[in-house]
Amino acid sequence: MARLNVNPTRMVLTSLKKRLKVAVKGHKMLKDKRDELMKRFLELARENKKVRAQVDDQLANVYSNFVIASAVMSSEVLDEALMYPKQGVSIEVGKKNVMSVNVPVFDFTTTTDDASNIYPYGFANTSGELDSAIKNLSEIFPSLLKLAALEKEVQLLAAEIEKTRRRVNALEYVMIPQFQETIKYIQMKLDENERGNQTRLMKVKDMMVQEAILEKVENNKIAIEEYKREHLN
Amino acid sequence: MYRIGVIGDKQSVKGFKAVGLDVFDCLNSDEAKKTLRKIAKEDYAIIYVTENMCKDIMDVINEYNSVRLPAIIPIPGMDGSIGIGSSRIKKAVEKAVGADII
Repeated sequence: MARLNVNPTRMVLTSLKKRLKVAVKGHKMLKDKRDELMKRFLELARENKKVRAQVDDQLANVYSNFVIASAVMSSEVLDEALMYPKQGVSIEVGKKNVMSVNVPVFDFTTTTDDASNIYPYGFANTSGELDSAIKNLSEIFPSLLKLAALEKEVQLLAAEIEKTRRRVNALEYVMIPQFQETIKYIQMKLDENERGNQTRLMKVKDMMVQEAILEKVENNKIAIEEYKREHLN
Repeated sequence: MYRIGVIGDKQSVKGFKAVGLDVFDCLNSDEAKKTLRKIAKEDYAIIYVTENMCKDIMDVINEYNSVRLPAIIPIPGMDGSIGIGSSRIKKAVEKAVGADII
């Protein structure tokens, strides 16, 4: 693992230690976030799959009604019957916060005078199959909306999980080892300097002691000479 | 206030008009792509696209995966489901988990 390119000083060491601490803490929190996101995501994905299958079935049903209706009626009449809708749909988009992911919540309101009469055409020229097709379609409308909300949530969560997982991995396999390596390097370097200093001091002391001894021997020699001179003559 | 749009071939989508959705019928996927790009900028919160149109414009649809709105949702068309909807769930799971476990 490559270490960071820094000066091996005590100040850098302290700041690196601080950064390592933050990285470890962040790694732990991101890991927790990832696990929780994953848990929710799997639940949602399962539900999404269920709703999707249900909607597929229901829509197939609606389409088969339409096919029969368009077989019974001429296409001009059918187009004319559906030309101007009686019911309007508008949706409110709310916000839901799932582990700091902003997920839209759909809430729909229909603008119609009478809920039982949604058919935008007179009954004289149209067939009964068209009625049931429209009725079915408006009945499955809530599940269509639910599908939309679920699917969007699943997509958004998947993107967020991928992002979080990358961050966790980057911290775990790149940042933290790098910090540890660098801290170790700086510590070794500082220790080495310390030892170098110690030996230098010892060496200097040795030299000084040597010098002192030599001086002492010299002094003694002089003293002995003097003593001999005074007492032997 | 947001609206809901439906993009697809004429046969499949004309029923949705009756229940109050905004219908955009397209002849081919090029037209669908243009329409999708246009209405995604407007105030549509949900855009349903029939699967037979979807399959050629997946690249455009995937661009909107990571934004909050609009939600672009494939629905089966007149000729039945060709599995794009469920494969999208599968892909999302693979993206998140790393393996298809659903």
